[in-house]
Amino acid sequence: MNRQSFRSPLARALGLGSAKRGSRHWLAERVTAIALVPLTVWFVASIIARAGSDYTAFVSWLSTPFASVGMILLLIALFHHTALGLQVVIEDYVHSGARFAAVIAIQLCCYGLAVVGVIAILHIAFGG
Amino acid sequence: MDAKPPPLGKKAPRPRPLSPNIQIYRPQLTSVLSIANRATGVLLSLAAIGLVIWISAAAAGPEPYAVIQRALVSWAGQVVLFGVTFSFFLHLCGGIRHLVWDTVHGFELRSIYISGWSVVAASAVLTATAWAAGLFVAGSR
Repeated sequence: MNRQSFRSPLARALGLGSAKRGSRHWLAERVTAIALVPLTVWFVASIIARAGSDYTAFVSWLSTPFASVGMILLLIALFHHTALGLQVVIEDYVHSGARFAAVIAIQLCCYGLAVVGVIAILHIAFGG
Repeated sequence: MDAKPPPLGKKAPRPRPLSPNIQIYRPQLTSVLSIANRATGVLLSLAAIGLVIWISAAAAGPEPYAVIQRALVSWAGQVVLFGVTFSFFLHLCGGIRHLVWDTVHGFELRSIYISGWSVVAASAVLTATAWAAGLFVAGSR
């Protein structure tokens, strides 16, 4: 583990032990959680209301401005929350040098998946 | 934390007392729900990948969407979807419980057990309601 080398000597001295980023992570996890309460409940209710419907009905619902905006907001909050949550899980259980790589991999995967999902919604919304 | 071997000396030091670890600790509602919140979070991360695949299939056209839809309505797909639904409601209710705790409320032992069992009951009821509603809507088409 030579993660210290990523920080300058000044940054290490000024921090006095704390990286000063924990509260930001904690808060972001709560903010995304609060956003996800209405978004996920709306999503599940919308899917239930369209249970057994065909492709055309599903896509025409998804291409309405309300549904596409809701889905994009859902994907952003969902994958931000997922990245923050999985990072904590990794930090709790992975103690080897693989930890840093695993956290980076989680973040790249989450934000990559969010972008794929958002582009798919936009593709449906703007006449794919 | 990895335990460091004791320093070499003439006399072997008495083993330090250890906190009970998860394998020998009697499961309690509090610990089980704590672990369940994390486990469902990890499971829902996998479901989130499925969500992106599903939306991407819809964007790709009717044929790719039909492939995903067939997998979802299969026996195995329905079992997975049911598990994801229950995980979602457990994580949602458990998450709301955590948000209440963040406001420094409900930390008395009695409150913790009341909210804990409420989370279990609400998740079960919401899962059953969601599936009953979904099956009713699908059946009435």
